[in-house]
Amino acid sequence: MIISVKKMSKDKEEVVLITKDGIRHDGRKKDDLRDISFHVGVLDRADGSALITWGRNKILAAVYGPRELHPKHMALPDRALIRCEYRMATFSVPDRKSPAPKRREREISKILAEALEPSVFNYLYPRSVIDVYINVLQADGGTRCAAIAVASLALADAGIPLKDLVVGCAAGNLYDQAVLDLDDVEDKEGQGDMPLAYLPHIDEIVLLQSDGVFSPDLYKTALDMLIPACKKIYKLQRDALKSKYSQITEEVADAPEKEAKSKEKAKKEPAKPAKDGKKEAKKKADDKKEKPSEKEAKKRKFSKKSDKKTDDEKKSSTKKEKDDKK
Amino acid sequence: MTIQIKDRSMVTPGEVIAEGEYHLGSNVYRQDKKIISQVIGLVTVKDNQISVVSLKGKYLPRVGDLVVGKITDVSLNSWVVDISSPYPGILRPSSSLDRRFDPVKDQTRKIFDVGDVIVAKVFSFDRTRDPTLTLRSDNRSGSGGPYLGKLSGGRIIDVSPSKIPRLIGRRGSMISTIKQYTNSRMIVGQNGRVWFKGNTFEEEYLVLQAIEKIDREAHTRGLTDRVKEFLEDAVKNLKKNSEKTKAEKPKEKKDATKK
Amino acid sequence: MTNAGLISLVEREHIQSLLDHGKRTDGRSFEEFRKITIIPSYIQKAEGSAMAKLGKSKVLAGVKVQIGNPFPDTPNSGVVTTTVELVPIASPDFESGPPRARAIEIARVTDRAIRESKAVNPESLVIIPGKKVWVLFIDLYVLDYDGNLFDACILAAVAALRNAQIPDIKIINDAEGNPEDVELLETTHPLLMDHIPISCTFAKIGKNIIVDPILKEESILDARITLAFTEENKICATQKGESGSFSLDEIKKCIDIASERTKEIRSKLDAITDPKGNPWSDDLKS
Repeated sequence: MIISVKKMSKDKEEVVLITKDGIRHDGRKKDDLRDISFHVGVLDRADGSALITWGRNKILAAVYGPRELHPKHMALPDRALIRCEYRMATFSVPDRKSPAPKRREREISKILAEALEPSVFNYLYPRSVIDVYINVLQADGGTRCAAIAVASLALADAGIPLKDLVVGCAAGNLYDQAVLDLDDVEDKEGQGDMPLAYLPHIDEIVLLQSDGVFSPDLYKTALDMLIPACKKIYKLQRDALKSKYSQITEEVADAPEKEAKSKEKAKKEPAKPAKDGKKEAKKKADDKKEKPSEKEAKKRKFSKKSDKKTDDEKKSSTKKEKDDKK
Repeated sequence: MTIQIKDRSMVTPGEVIAEGEYHLGSNVYRQDKKIISQVIGLVTVKDNQISVVSLKGKYLPRVGDLVVGKITDVSLNSWVVDISSPYPGILRPSSSLDRRFDPVKDQTRKIFDVGDVIVAKVFSFDRTRDPTLTLRSDNRSGSGGPYLGKLSGGRIIDVSPSKIPRLIGRRGSMISTIKQYTNSRMIVGQNGRVWFKGNTFEEEYLVLQAIEKIDREAHTRGLTDRVKEFLEDAVKNLKKNSEKTKAEKPKEKKDATKK
Repeated sequence: MTNAGLISLVEREHIQSLLDHGKRTDGRSFEEFRKITIIPSYIQKAEGSAMAKLGKSKVLAGVKVQIGNPFPDTPNSGVVTTTVELVPIASPDFESGPPRARAIEIARVTDRAIRESKAVNPESLVIIPGKKVWVLFIDLYVLDYDGNLFDACILAAVAALRNAQIPDIKIINDAEGNPEDVELLETTHPLLMDHIPISCTFAKIGKNIIVDPILKEESILDARITLAFTEENKICATQKGESGSFSLDEIKKCIDIASERTKEIRSKLDAITDPKGNPWSDDLKS
């Protein structure tokens, strides 16, 4: 039913992938990474979860487990089975991807599971399964490297004992120059792509692929560029993991001052106008069929709760502002 | 011998805590001479032993632990109990009845059915087989020990099992604080499942809020005082409001709190 | 698969006894929705997108726009199709694999609400009558499941359509001056939306009927009903589900409540839409 979409080509300029001075089409130098940020604990139901934005990539990972494995015959007697599922959302790419998993997604799922396994103390949980689900919400080159970094963070968020966090990054060949972190355009137009995943602390490579062509020297140069890049990303991972908790610590440390202040205020003017306003608004929004007095009584009982929450809200919003400034 | 990370600081998996001849506590491993964390958590150094208190994670059964479980399956001679662990607990009639179990007359389903909540002790576990549970206290002839058996009424909540020590507090101080302020009953399972029952909806809701606060802030200092303060304020407020409501509409209040 | 979704007797009785006293576990009234937040245009590679958060439930919607052929029996209508994926990320009870009956039911109800409300006029999607039309794919991913996916999915789908962009085109005529082919230009224009369907889902637990059930309430419900309304206060989709039943009076009461609730949500649609919002922040406190 769908006719392929042809973009008009006459407006499209020829893309210069890399200049003589080593400047790439998006202004990056050879060894520049795109902007990367992690967000840990983004889902409520999952045992562990994380989101990565890497350039225009947006990838979500969730971990369930260790949990009981069904069917039981798949269980390993001496360690936990690590299953990984890498999927692309239909709208993650310019032309809608069909929802059914492709061969590419299956292959990546397999190598990601194998790259994560060496980092996990899986012998602690024999006969169980650790499920790692990865959903690429938006893809822009280098998704498998971003996927492994975010999946590893989700495993850590689930509290699963790990030797180390796994980091991923790709290098590529642009006209016989080694460059870091290809985006989608460079991946398609360039001469080679080499994704790698690495355990920085133990100094071991757990995933390595390449397509396109590399001379042995170029290949080695690319490898040498990848390790420092992975270490940079590793630091971002660790900071993100800690920040989930340090935010609460800061919030709590701030609390006594604020509470004291709000108490003082309460003494001065016992009836808080803001709170009453909120109550009124809520009441209006509620149905009119119940007796107003009953409604009033119920609201009263909950007044403490809603009070507390607005305080929290304030805290988190000021927190955000602080973060934004940074 | 050097410690690179201070006591009570936060570490991530792969982070080196110390180098030298320290004893390995929980959630750390040794590589060459380095002591390295396995999890996101807080470092504790005690008598030359280094461990990391994890902030999250699944429950691994330990013999003797008190656990709160849900019956998920019943067979002719056993129950399968969800204890929020990678391994289901197995309970057999021989360790749950005071008398002899007669497989012909007795029906397991009539004793505990799917969906029932029980508090039990872990009797055995070695990771090669699923843990077995028991409802018999080991010191039953003595002072009695904690209640084991079916729980009814109240409500249950799941928190991270690694935070249970904070919820219990030093010699049970946190639990008694919560119970005292809210007039409620509470049973804390080492598997992170907590059962509680209050006299009123409001008090029960307070227990829930207190537990959620502890779960969220378990890694911070001064938690006991903050929880106390929170409960004190909340209880005061409840009293104030209930007085007001009583003055307005005494009947409605009574009905609502009756269980 | 696992029994993670099994609700214990203690929880069941607790929810029921609260309801019998006119209360819910999270302190809401029977007719109150959870906090709704919409983050539009989260996926730049989709022509339209939105994350809808209904309490802790999260649904990400993406709209892809492509040129296709009309169906032979409706040569002068564009095509709008909706899919829902209950990905295993969202819940320990969701499994990998192609959508099952449950996901398909939610997709079809969402589709119906959009189609029957004429949210998008199908004739406006025609490029060359009988030959070429716009095909809109609305793909919904449930990412975090805490109940009431019908309302969350319809909200996400509508929000994604509201910011969808259609490419500008140039029609190429053949030698006789008849339109023959289409060229896509780099520029776009907003998709025209004529109506905004909003739904309200009820759960019946015992004798009590509540709006916007959370997962715990959903797991013990006897019957469920979803009613979608247009801004003209017309019902554009209904779906009763699960094995329990409603009385005539109950349905009539639900209609009145749903009419009110959907009106409210529609009136504050812009206020709850936050283009700068963080779809992953835990902002449930309200």
